[in-house]
Amino acid sequence: MKMKSAWLIMLVAIVAGLVLTTTSCSKKQPSQFPAVDSQGLEPASSSEIDEMDAVAQQRIREQELERIRQQEAAQKQETVRQQFVSQNIHFGFDDASLTTEARGVLMEKAAWLRANPGVIVTIEGHCDDRGTAEYNIALGQRRAQSIKTFLVNAGIDASRLRTVSFGEERPLDPGKTEEAYARNRRGQFEIEN
Amino acid sequence: MCRMPENQKIASAARILWAWIFFLVLMGANPSDASYDYINISNPFLKKIPVAVPAFKNLSDASAGADTTLNVSGMMIEFIEFTGYFTIIDRAAFIDKPDDAGIDRTRINFGNWTAIGAELLITGGIHMQDNHLEMEFRLFDTFKADLLFGKRYTGRVGDEREMVRRFCGEVIYRLTGRQGLFDSQIAFVSTTTGNKEIYRCDFDGYNPARVTHTNALTLSPAWSPDGSNLAFVSYEKGKPDIYIQPLRGKRESVSSRDGINITPAWLPKTTYLAATLSFEGDEEIYLLTQSGEIVKRLTKSWGIDVSPTFSPDGKRMAFVSRRSGTPQIHIQDTAGGNTFRVTYDGRYNTQPAWSPAGDRIAYSGMKDGQLNIYVINADGRGNVQLTRNAGNNESPCWSPDGNMIAFASTRTGKSRIFVMTASGTDQRQLLELSGEQTTPSWSPRLSGN
Repeated sequence: MKMKSAWLIMLVAIVAGLVLTTTSCSKKQPSQFPAVDSQGLEPASSSEIDEMDAVAQQRIREQELERIRQQEAAQKQETVRQQFVSQNIHFGFDDASLTTEARGVLMEKAAWLRANPGVIVTIEGHCDDRGTAEYNIALGQRRAQSIKTFLVNAGIDASRLRTVSFGEERPLDPGKTEEAYARNRRGQFEIEN
Repeated sequence: MCRMPENQKIASAARILWAWIFFLVLMGANPSDASYDYINISNPFLKKIPVAVPAFKNLSDASAGADTTLNVSGMMIEFIEFTGYFTIIDRAAFIDKPDDAGIDRTRINFGNWTAIGAELLITGGIHMQDNHLEMEFRLFDTFKADLLFGKRYTGRVGDEREMVRRFCGEVIYRLTGRQGLFDSQIAFVSTTTGNKEIYRCDFDGYNPARVTHTNALTLSPAWSPDGSNLAFVSYEKGKPDIYIQPLRGKRESVSSRDGINITPAWLPKTTYLAATLSFEGDEEIYLLTQSGEIVKRLTKSWGIDVSPTFSPDGKRMAFVSRRSGTPQIHIQDTAGGNTFRVTYDGRYNTQPAWSPAGDRIAYSGMKDGQLNIYVINADGRGNVQLTRNAGNNESPCWSPDGNMIAFASTRTGKSRIFVMTASGTDQRQLLELSGEQTTPSWSPRLSGN
């Protein structure tokens, strides 16, 4: 009974010490407490606790670095993914054929699709608003189809590539300038999963 | 002008008793007068016929109908003027005082009308008692001092617009030999809700009403030959598919095959539709049943084939093809074969619409980035430009009598529905809703109207 109460006092002291330590370094990272065993152990000295704390700190720093590394990698992946989505394929007026530049961009897109085999994409075909709505839906379909054919020839499974034409119905730029028309004549990618 | 809700209008149409009272015998007019060709609608240099429409007479004992007589004669003038074939003579020029002017032949001094240049005269008398309405109208040839025809309509107060509409339809039929304009509606696309949906209105822009509620991009309305269905394209499932909306009934899906399902057009006198589908990897025109089964593939040419339109007998089809390197109008036998290119002027000719008379094709052509309406003979000759220097003008469609063309124009800024005569005169805006209005489609002559 007496022994037990002595241990209890000691335990309270340890806990109190730890709490103090923790509080004192709470401006650093919150540390993991070493497990407190109530059987046959002497309380660690405050220097030992500091040492353990330092080890824990080191581990946390490493974990943090790893987390940042992973985050950066994910961010980079996301950037590449974003670029995949945001970089459009451009066409000439009343034209669904791929320019040299368009082929270059599509080669990069094909590489990304190969590196991300689970991804399914929709290729949207769009037109500028000159010309007439019905013909432009057909033209937009041909643009989407041109892109799909190129990617399939580059080794991408056709089942991962869907196509849809919006004709002149979804312009990126409402302007009536040559620049606006050129921006609007595009193949656009959407990731479906 | 009176605006009746759709259901009320139909009810009133049914209510009206068509007492086909011909004054011909009574007045001793010769029935063969009806065959006069007063208006040569194929003449592009039209001379407008001067018409006098004196205020209609109140035949009631009470003065209660005074407002109605004024409204009805105003309505008559609007309808007659709408066709673009008449000039209405200013009432200030009239020699007869309104109270003295007679409305039947025996009491008309035709010299007083020819003296002010009127070639035609329309008189009217209105009798109202409680809810009962009776109107009689007569059309006279002033130079021959002859009654061309007269009619009496009986119905209820509120049927005025319906009665005037029918009389005017008869006037145009007597003068041109063609009918249907006043019994038609126009479907179109409007962004009133912020989203493209199909709407429809009377031939003159009255009674606009929303038809589709897809909440998705909705395009290309096309009336069935019997006027009971509208085919259209909607992106409801994320891509362009073809549906049919019966005017009374539930919407049906027609074709939602892979790729595009666009530009539905009905084969005359049938329930078949032609449409462009791309499920085989190329945009080709197919003939479909109303439930979407393929009857036949109609075009066989690599590249875009789109926007079919049929000759009135259904034997030939005009369409847009890029087979020669630019979009141009082509014609082929509907069954296949005898294909030839119709348009050679310009590098972008689309949206063909075959005229109800069968001789001409209206289309939109682009030059220097501007779209305009053209009409060309079905043999590729006689190309005529109907719009110019007035924004973009596109999507021409013919009134069922072939006398008029509706189209979409950006001449006032936003795209609006406009109408003009088939020879391009009298271009004016049909209606204005919030948002933009595009792609009109003129109905056939609607039965039950």
